[in-house]
Amino acid sequence: MHRFLLAVLRRDLTLAARRRGDWLIAQFFFVMVASLFPLGVGPEPEMLARIGPGVLWVAATLASLLSLTRLFADDHHDGSLEHMVLSPEPTVLLVLGKSIAHWLIYGVPLLLIAPVLGIQFHLSWEAIMVLELSLLLGTPILSLLGSVGAALTLGLRGGGVLLTLLILPLYIPALIFGAGAVDGVMAGTGAEAHLSLLGAFMVLSLMIAPWIAAAALRVSLE
Amino acid sequence: MEWASWSDFWHMAGYGLYVWGSFGVTAAGVLIEVILLKRAGADTRRRLKRMQQWATSLEGEGQ
Amino acid sequence: MNLYTYASPANFYVLAGKLIPWFSWGAGLLAVWGLYISFFLAPTDFQQSEAYRIIFIHVPAAWMSMFIYLVMAFWGAIGLAFNTRLSFMMARALAPTGALFTFIALWTGALWGKPMWGAWWVWDARLTSELILLFLYVGIIALWAAIDDVRRGDRAGSLLTLIGAINVPIIYFSVKWWNTLHQGSSINLMKAPSMAAIMLQGMLVMAIAAWFYTIAVALVRVRRIILERERQTDWAKAILENE
Repeated sequence: MHRFLLAVLRRDLTLAARRRGDWLIAQFFFVMVASLFPLGVGPEPEMLARIGPGVLWVAATLASLLSLTRLFADDHHDGSLEHMVLSPEPTVLLVLGKSIAHWLIYGVPLLLIAPVLGIQFHLSWEAIMVLELSLLLGTPILSLLGSVGAALTLGLRGGGVLLTLLILPLYIPALIFGAGAVDGVMAGTGAEAHLSLLGAFMVLSLMIAPWIAAAALRVSLE
Repeated sequence: MEWASWSDFWHMAGYGLYVWGSFGVTAAGVLIEVILLKRAGADTRRRLKRMQQWATSLEGEGQ
Repeated sequence: MNLYTYASPANFYVLAGKLIPWFSWGAGLLAVWGLYISFFLAPTDFQQSEAYRIIFIHVPAAWMSMFIYLVMAFWGAIGLAFNTRLSFMMARALAPTGALFTFIALWTGALWGKPMWGAWWVWDARLTSELILLFLYVGIIALWAAIDDVRRGDRAGSLLTLIGAINVPIIYFSVKWWNTLHQGSSINLMKAPSMAAIMLQGMLVMAIAAWFYTIAVALVRVRRIILERERQTDWAKAILENE
């Protein structure tokens, strides 16, 4: 079982390493969306610090959706997805492996970029630390829940837009707890409660989302 | 009885716009749904009937 | 004659046809009774004057929007577990009406908010959750619309409804939490008027009327879906010829 999970992970990471341009797009998208806000609302440091956590979190959710459309699509095109689903290995592990790979490709670089954007938004060091922590706990939720959407919309025309429509409402708790944690530390009320709720939501997503995504994948491939 | 006159009733103590706006849009929504449902039902039946007639006419030619 | 007889689309088509008039008339009569209570029996509220009468639409619509979602999730789960075709058709037949009630709850909430709080929209926990519920309905309906294959569409929509249903309590909790942190939430839709017995009665009658309406509309819709999907069978052909 472990071996299968690792094999899926290694395969997806190797493929991603070959196509570096693909996953960089999501990161550039993240930076661009976040950079548009100061241009839209004005450069006052207090205001930027006030909206910063929310903006960065919203940008992170949108960037995840951008890369999720490809989660199963490439393997579906060349037919390898069908083979993997029909293989005796459990589909849940396939989905889980792909979600983890997605997180490594999309979430980890995002964690590296976020502090730079935090500085642009005049967040304090403490706030940036909490932002990192909240993204560390929160971005796996986006990859996990997103895998359900990607499996449901596999091969549909206009699948990308549809995926956004289906999955964004499900992201809302992660957004509230994640951005709220940073807000809390800036307001002096602390971030522990938010972060623990975010952690609980992540564990719940980890337990439920791969099963539903696996079922959805089988339905989509029938 | 709460209302002294009909104009009192429509006026709703100054809240007429809000109260009738709520009940009116609800009524409109329900009405639109019912109309669309009727039309969709008739369309489906007509389409299925046409498909069926077409199928039987094909069968007739085949024999 | 047992319950399973009606699990077959052919029998259910006939049964639904018999039930529709009952539920339609029931919905109509109950609505008249409910409106009579709302406008003639319920007294003027001493705080909110006549504006509170919106409650007789708003609260039943909000109830229905949530109930219908749960019923859809229930039918979806039954369909996925036991592979019963009719359950999926019921789930599909309910969705548009659920979205309609969600919209009505939002609309009446806005019209109530304006005179009471001075704003068409406040980011109150209930209104916000209702808005997110509307997003969920729209997503499900869009997914159904995008998938042409009946079997895949049924199952995909039900899976989405299910994960949404698991998520709804978390969303509601998170929104409530967010709301208390951001405005100290002094506004609460339900607490505002002191609930008199006659008001509760009016809301209940309107809610039952809404239930009857929903059932009637869903049955009409499910009959259309059945006919469309069973068009190759002899009984469906016979019905089409006779109608």
